[in-house]
Amino acid sequence: MSTQKNNLDVRKTTIDDQITSMPMPSSGTLLSSSNPVEEDTALLKETFKEKYKWGFVTDIEADSAPPGLDESTIAFISAKKKEPQWLLEWRLKAYRHWLTMEEPDWAHLKYNKPNYDEIIFYSAPKSLEDGPKSLDEVDPALLETYEKLGIPLHERAALAGVAVDAVFDSVSVGTTFKDKLEEVGIIFCPISEAVHEHPELVKKYLGTIVPYSDNYYATLNSAVFTDGSFVYIPKGVKCPMDLSTYFRINAKSTGQFERTLIIAEEGASVSYLEGCTAPMRDENQLHAAVVELIALDDADIKYSTVQNWYPGDENGVGGIYNFVTKRGKCQGDRSRITWTQVETGSAVTWKYPSCILLGDDSVGEFYSVALTNNYQQADTGTKMIHIGKNTRSTIISKGISAGFGQNIYRGLVKIMKSAEHARNYTQCDSMLMGDRCGAHTFPYIEIKNKTAKAEHEASTSKIGEDQLFYCNSRGISTEDSINMIVNGFCKEVFRELPMEFAVEARRLLEVSLESSVG
Amino acid sequence: MTTPLLEIKNLHASVEGTEILKGVNLTVLPGEVHSIMGPNGSGKSTLSSVIAGHEAYDVTEGSIMFNGIDLLELEADQRACAGVFLAFQYPIEIPGVSTKFFLKAAVNAIRKYRGQDELDAMDFLDLVEEKAKSVNLNIELLDRNVNQGFSGGEKKRAEVFQMALLDPLLGVLDETDSGLDIDALKIVAEGVNKLRSPERGFVVITHYQRLLDYIIPDFVHVLMDGQIVKSGDKSLALVLEEKGYAAFKPCGCSCGC
Repeated sequence: MSTQKNNLDVRKTTIDDQITSMPMPSSGTLLSSSNPVEEDTALLKETFKEKYKWGFVTDIEADSAPPGLDESTIAFISAKKKEPQWLLEWRLKAYRHWLTMEEPDWAHLKYNKPNYDEIIFYSAPKSLEDGPKSLDEVDPALLETYEKLGIPLHERAALAGVAVDAVFDSVSVGTTFKDKLEEVGIIFCPISEAVHEHPELVKKYLGTIVPYSDNYYATLNSAVFTDGSFVYIPKGVKCPMDLSTYFRINAKSTGQFERTLIIAEEGASVSYLEGCTAPMRDENQLHAAVVELIALDDADIKYSTVQNWYPGDENGVGGIYNFVTKRGKCQGDRSRITWTQVETGSAVTWKYPSCILLGDDSVGEFYSVALTNNYQQADTGTKMIHIGKNTRSTIISKGISAGFGQNIYRGLVKIMKSAEHARNYTQCDSMLMGDRCGAHTFPYIEIKNKTAKAEHEASTSKIGEDQLFYCNSRGISTEDSINMIVNGFCKEVFRELPMEFAVEARRLLEVSLESSVG
Repeated sequence: MTTPLLEIKNLHASVEGTEILKGVNLTVLPGEVHSIMGPNGSGKSTLSSVIAGHEAYDVTEGSIMFNGIDLLELEADQRACAGVFLAFQYPIEIPGVSTKFFLKAAVNAIRKYRGQDELDAMDFLDLVEEKAKSVNLNIELLDRNVNQGFSGGEKKRAEVFQMALLDPLLGVLDETDSGLDIDALKIVAEGVNKLRSPERGFVVITHYQRLLDYIIPDFVHVLMDGQIVKSGDKSLALVLEEKGYAAFKPCGCSCGC
């Protein structure tokens, strides 16, 4: 295993100061390490026969908007949701702004841009027309879908201790444990419901972290978002269980545009889990979500994602475009936001869960495992914006590339003038399997306060014949050896995941890498 | 007649088209310790890698029989399960994987191959403690990642410990003495000596005679340019020490030709 380490000095970049503008600068690469590996590796032949196991389609009648997007589509969505006027106006403002924007092309990604005239922007299972009154009223076919996905929606939820909000195409189909959470004052419901029942909270916070004009996909989402989760943890309340959302794209040609808003009041804490799947289809489907987190004084939000959207087939046909804007704001002093993500799915991923560290002594963390196999591409990373004093951030990113996969880490650490004694630690490791994949890192570090400390470590390694031979020579099969080596590589991230998610993540990684060595 | 534990006949092997082994013959009977000595580049490490099944080496001619089975038909992991153990000259690091976890996977893979029940965590730990004691290994080392942050001596001792744990029929030690000071060398040698038994055989590959003061071989072979040019008992090692390898060159002189 060859390892090269780069210890970067702190450097300045020339990117604009708008923390809420485009997630990443459009030009000016600071450090780019491409690793087309030359060595021949007889062992590492990509055969990738493993089928996507979540690729079934559920046959339910759907109530959809016609394809394409104009103001009437937005009015249609808003009317379907019986939304108040202010929200419709907000959507339209976003839409009009979107028309003036260009789809970004600064990411290290190659793909055919979605044809927005062909996308269906709203699709709801028809039986939900009037909304289910309780879980018993939910279409059994839907519940079966979730059962296939292994989601503890019904009583099983009690055993698992997880409250689930499941989003199917564009609407939420049922939230478990709602009553129990209500007892302690926690609100956990579909955002479309929150608009009606808690308009003051939604109005106060929606779009404050990711403004409607933020970036191309977030702006599109603001115009057409259909559903998502809303979480409110009142002052001093520690959420007694993990909250969980499962997203699934089912209908053909639909985009999924969910929007999640999580608010943790002073001293509150919550752990939120998000999982995603989609059926196998030949065309690319768009998923453009927005997640906003707000943590007030001493609040703590942990947001974990296991993303397993359909990655396309072994020739790179089909798969989900996962263009997501996730951002959290540590608004209060001593608040903390932790993003943990395991990205194994999607054909193309464009995602930078970020933290704005406004409160003094606030903490932002980003732990990521991204795996690209076959023709998958992932341009992912984070932004840590230090504004408050003594703010700290940690970034641990693990990229694994196999087949023809391209894995890009892109991260920004920005320490503003006001951020006295801010600290950042970044560790960015890439692992290559075979000689046709790529790993690239684009770290941007921008420091405006000389009391700041920023560390950056990067390594690129290759699962080498020697490592495999060593495991083999102890009796361990090649496949088990690879799982062991890859899991070891990801350990620092997996240990941040809640227990049941960590198990799922390991399993997903195994499935995604099955047969990756001939 | 006893079935040989290892029977290598006319073995030719090459790496990336370059022939390294040019007709090696070697027979090891159960209970025997054979030492292979030779200068740098003579093919010693290649021989150990080929026995253990490293895929980078192509066997172009010849055969290796192990306990009556054709070793060349087996993959590296199957060879280990069948009872071949290679102690590495440079043990490989595996970040993020604890040594205990790694060895439990190894022990259970081998047990499964042999039709035995897999060990649970408790039984495994009992076994580990017993074997660690037998080779004087600090058990805390096993909570670290595989070979990461081990000193040179710890790495080598861990290799001998692994051999004790995996209980092979044939132990191949590839320059286990390299980089060890005399105290570490003694400990490693003692560990190996404890594993000597009437059933088990060893191939001890070394550059220097020093190790053979502590692991007394039954036979010594001189490997030069891919062939065994001379075999004898342990006194051969002393001759080597005195005269150097040059004396065993085909021309018989010490001219370095």
